[in-house]
Amino acid sequence: MNKNSNLKVFLNGFIKENPIFVLVLGMCPTLATTSSAENGLGMGLATTFVLFGSNVVVSLIKSIIPDKVRIPSYIVIIATFVTVVEMVMQAFVPALYESLGLFIPLIVVNCIVLGRAEAFASKNSVLKSSLDGLGMGLGFAFGLTLLGSMREILGTGKVFGLTLFPDKYGMLIFVLAPGAFIALGYLIAVMNKFKKV
Amino acid sequence: MAQLESSFKNMLLVLTGITLFAAITLSSVYTLTKEPIAASKIAKQQNAIKEVLPPFDHLDANPIEETEGVETTKIFKAYDKANNFVGAAVEATSNNGFSGKIIIMVGFDKKGSIVNYSVLEQKETPGLGTKMVDWFKTEKGNQNIVRKNMQTTNLTVAKDGGEVDAISGATISSRAFLFAVRNAYFAYEKQNQGTSQGEVNEAKSTLMKDSTTLN
Repeated sequence: MNKNSNLKVFLNGFIKENPIFVLVLGMCPTLATTSSAENGLGMGLATTFVLFGSNVVVSLIKSIIPDKVRIPSYIVIIATFVTVVEMVMQAFVPALYESLGLFIPLIVVNCIVLGRAEAFASKNSVLKSSLDGLGMGLGFAFGLTLLGSMREILGTGKVFGLTLFPDKYGMLIFVLAPGAFIALGYLIAVMNKFKKV
Repeated sequence: MAQLESSFKNMLLVLTGITLFAAITLSSVYTLTKEPIAASKIAKQQNAIKEVLPPFDHLDANPIEETEGVETTKIFKAYDKANNFVGAAVEATSNNGFSGKIIIMVGFDKKGSIVNYSVLEQKETPGLGTKMVDWFKTEKGNQNIVRKNMQTTNLTVAKDGGEVDAISGATISSRAFLFAVRNAYFAYEKQNQGTSQGEVNEAKSTLMKDSTTLN
């Protein structure tokens, strides 16, 4: 029973409460960094790490944080994790760091991260919070990769550097900002169609 | 464990504790990543130099740096085994890109012809401006700048009266890129025999004027 509910917490973020397609949270990085599948995946994994780390720390120290200063405390914790990710990325995957650029520091203000800290980690056990962080993060990464691949295929005919059809048949609009909205809209529609209500 | 009461003392202690802990974590990660970050930057620069120059044996120990306004150029002179000058790689910047700074490395042989180039940093539109990475070295129409020499070829986009085809749909990025190439060339020329100081400055000011009016 207990094991089941843990699994449920983990899977929640994947489909039933997918941050992108169902909660529609964190749209700024979603729309901006998914110009290619690789960027989407990189952004998703960076966010997953931050979500996991901040969820664990917040649920560990939730009882010693006075209620009135909980938000500043969460923000400091999240910002610390984001800065760690930023420095590690810059050191070991400079290419990805360059293409994501400004959006890495912006994970700090990503509403998914603070939202999960406030709504889940501050009320649940460390184990559940870590599963929630992982599930939500991977759900986010999955959504970003899906959206990124769709835009990259339609826009340039490539995915993860693999050419599917020549560049000149690509619809450039999908790589640009309007394409992000169009592709996201269709993906949400498809998700709603298949989701049990 | 019950929630700590929101008294002034508690809030002060907890926030101080958390920030202190964050500071310790960050400073240790910073120390750990400092060297790899610096190393990866240098590796990138060295790779770019190797890519854009004809075969060489060693570089000048100290690159020559020049700052003009906001643009800095760095010149890396290369020599063969017998210490003969074979060319120079020039790192040049343009701030006129479609979205921010463009940093490129351009290699010149000893006559001032472009050997190759490499884009070190750019944030142009994916699918449009980002094509600059190999657009200007593809042999097609007039888009190739490799083996061209500024003395004989006007390296500006065709729209501005030059002899280079701009990336379709990304004229601004192309202009910015070629601006950086010209900057690199002037910096290179200044360091070498050939054109005298006065001529370079004159040519540069005309071209600068061109690009400001056209942008």
